[in-house]
Amino acid sequence: MARYVARRILQMLPVIIGTTFLIFLMVWALPGDPFAGRCGQRPCSDAYIQAETARLHLDQSLPVQYGYFLGNMLQGDFGTVSNGDTVLHQLGRAFPITLKLTTVAIGFEIVLGIGIGIIAALRRGRFFDRLTLLTSLVAISFPVFVIGFVLQYIFGVRLGLFRVTVQSGAPWQDLIMPGFVLASLSLAFVLRLTRASLLETLNADHVRTAVAKGLPRSLVIRRHIVRNSLIPVVTYIGADVGVLLGGAIVTEGIFNIQGVGGLLYHATKLRENATVVSVATVVVLIVLFVNLLIDLFYAVLDPRIRYE
Amino acid sequence: MKQRKLIVASALFAAGALALTACGGGSDSESGSDSSSSAAVTIYNVKPENPLIPSNTVEVGGGNVIENLFRGLVRYDPDTAAPINAMAESIESTDNKNWTIKLKAGQTFQDGTPVTADSFVKAWSWGAYGPNAQKANYFFAPIEGYDVMNPADPDGEDGPKKAPTPPTKELSGLKVVSPTEFTVKLTTPQSFFPVEVGYSAFYPLPESFYADTEAFGKKPIGNGPFQMISGDGDTGFTLQKWDGYKGEDKPKISKATFKTYTSDAAGYADLLAGNLDFMDQVPPSALVGNQYEKDLPGRTINKAVGIIQTASLPQYDDNFKNNPDIGKALSLAIDRPTITKAVFNGGRTPATGWVSPIVDGYKAGACGEFCTYDPAKAKEYLAKSKFKGPFSFSYNADGPGNKEVAEAICNSVKNALGVKCDAKSYVDFSTFLKDRSGHKMTSMFRTGWQMDYPSIQNFLEPLYATGASSNDGVYSNPEFDKLIKQANGEEGEAGLATYQKAEALLANDMAVIPLWYQAQQSGYSERLANVKVTPTSTLDLIDLTVK
Repeated sequence: MARYVARRILQMLPVIIGTTFLIFLMVWALPGDPFAGRCGQRPCSDAYIQAETARLHLDQSLPVQYGYFLGNMLQGDFGTVSNGDTVLHQLGRAFPITLKLTTVAIGFEIVLGIGIGIIAALRRGRFFDRLTLLTSLVAISFPVFVIGFVLQYIFGVRLGLFRVTVQSGAPWQDLIMPGFVLASLSLAFVLRLTRASLLETLNADHVRTAVAKGLPRSLVIRRHIVRNSLIPVVTYIGADVGVLLGGAIVTEGIFNIQGVGGLLYHATKLRENATVVSVATVVVLIVLFVNLLIDLFYAVLDPRIRYE
Repeated sequence: MKQRKLIVASALFAAGALALTACGGGSDSESGSDSSSSAAVTIYNVKPENPLIPSNTVEVGGGNVIENLFRGLVRYDPDTAAPINAMAESIESTDNKNWTIKLKAGQTFQDGTPVTADSFVKAWSWGAYGPNAQKANYFFAPIEGYDVMNPADPDGEDGPKKAPTPPTKELSGLKVVSPTEFTVKLTTPQSFFPVEVGYSAFYPLPESFYADTEAFGKKPIGNGPFQMISGDGDTGFTLQKWDGYKGEDKPKISKATFKTYTSDAAGYADLLAGNLDFMDQVPPSALVGNQYEKDLPGRTINKAVGIIQTASLPQYDDNFKNNPDIGKALSLAIDRPTITKAVFNGGRTPATGWVSPIVDGYKAGACGEFCTYDPAKAKEYLAKSKFKGPFSFSYNADGPGNKEVAEAICNSVKNALGVKCDAKSYVDFSTFLKDRSGHKMTSMFRTGWQMDYPSIQNFLEPLYATGASSNDGVYSNPEFDKLIKQANGEEGEAGLATYQKAEALLANDMAVIPLWYQAQQSGYSERLANVKVTPTSTLDLIDLTVK
């Protein structure tokens, strides 16, 4: 197991380097003048363009620019943004907020998605099952911003039950509604996936044996059915973490959350390569790490799985 | 047994959810600003793109904040846009070229140091010094000595040679006579200089600025009615009334917070919920059917601001070069009243000239018959023109409403002239500007102008003079340049008349087609009274009161 984990961690390194270089390349290749619109309505002065070009090494070739960036990054300097802030400071501010939002969203997915999925599977064909299938279909077909705006208006502006926007620093209770909106699509998928997986397991031989042996129904469900059905669900949730971390930009815009999504959007617009690549690096790291944890979790769920 | 567990579980869950909503509801009732009258007025803002240094702030996010932290030589009356002396006692000249500026005595910065002639002279030299790379650097161009401090790159931007370091760090045109007096020598006469110096690039700076410009950019020390007590660009800035302010425009409120929003939709939602007090421009979705007036009854302001939209024709392209007929044909083919009603629902007014109505010297009808909708005449001019189409209209797709405008213009042209017209979109402003400034346009393209200071000169010279910095269509008319230079040297009504004469020339050449003037639709909360929008499209914090 330890060798497996070590091997996986070593494999992360080329993945990180490869993805960050690809993203660096893509932002670098974006058309458009990086100084356009930076100086108000008039073109930037020669002095400004020269200073910025020197600072960002824009006059060098791509591999050289990437080399500078990598070199700086290894020394802990992730670059400076046009408004004087350091990229590291911006990351340090935006990432915890997005992590909190992602945690709330994943929490909803796990509790509501798996919970309701289990209940729906156990009561297949009955009213509850049909109801959840219908609402999950609605959640899948509505775009996330529609759900976001509608919930914000009804529960925030009209009924005043939730804060309309999230305060700076993103306290946990402010993130309930945005987290739910963000989770809505994935929640529906998790629900259906759990339900389908459970239904399949319900007919398995080992379940019939357990019931025949005389085990109480709740024990059968908990120990034999749910654990075996969770593998596809857990895989999906693991992949979802990466998606949510990448920046739920629409939801962040609706609820004014100063997270990674908005950061990425503005950085791309202003062609701030340093910010985009730094954010991408951290996201890739987290995604790889979470997926490693998920893979290890399989061994817990299914004792037949062994790693070496 | 199982059923009971389920009931217990769902009851617990419901209880938990209720508890959490109570928390959410609880914090909602106190909201971002509490309801006592000494609480801060919350104002919508966007993240500043630059450090908060006056000579480096050319966009709204930073501009909103620094215009309350500082006072320059003059400020602009919120109702009439006329310049009023602020730090200056007098700004005088006999030839519009050599100016003597006397300062009011006893003015101080928020750290106690006095506002002297040095505060201005040193700040202007610092901003004009090329290697400091200040974005508003070009505002100091009229002052003698500017060129020396901004030597050109000998082989252009792409060449390996760098521009040489300027030999001096001081503008030769600025001279300090005494702590309260200094003189300014311009390279050409500019009668509008007293208006121009009200622009934020000309604000004074305390000595503490030069010791640590980076720290200053995060927390500026100004000389204005408000001082910054906390905040940063990402969450917002909190400003407090500065009791040491000696100017006559003292604010009535005590605290203002410029809250940073990532999207205007979130800001509008907060405005409706009462968490935000003022939003300078409600999102386009709220303008549909004047919804914002229904959402905020009696709490909206629809005011003309110094912004104009135009459509430019590339004078470097053979089809459009020396071809005024094509410009006239296109201008007559654009149905401005219908487009402004359909796309903007009255948020724009059809333009009748190249100058915004809110500045002195505005004369309606400079464009004459060419800015009316007349398909028959349009076809006549098209027949006379050597180029008969097809046309396209280039724009940046990331601006709200830009796509609808482009398509509406092209449809109007199609219907009136019977020629093809395509709306050509660029993915964002940066990409669009690259081609626009690089002179790669092949047909009509979107241009616009927001005034830097309230003067008719600002709508003409930076856009249409030969070689001007924002003359993207490369329009050139020596007669126009001559009139502008003449008007810059004339005073009062005589100067305005000459500017108007220059504007009339634009109608003959029709290299730039005026489209519409912009108004701003602002909304505010129930807490505010005496709400006024300044000529720079911001909330006036001086007369504002909280109920």
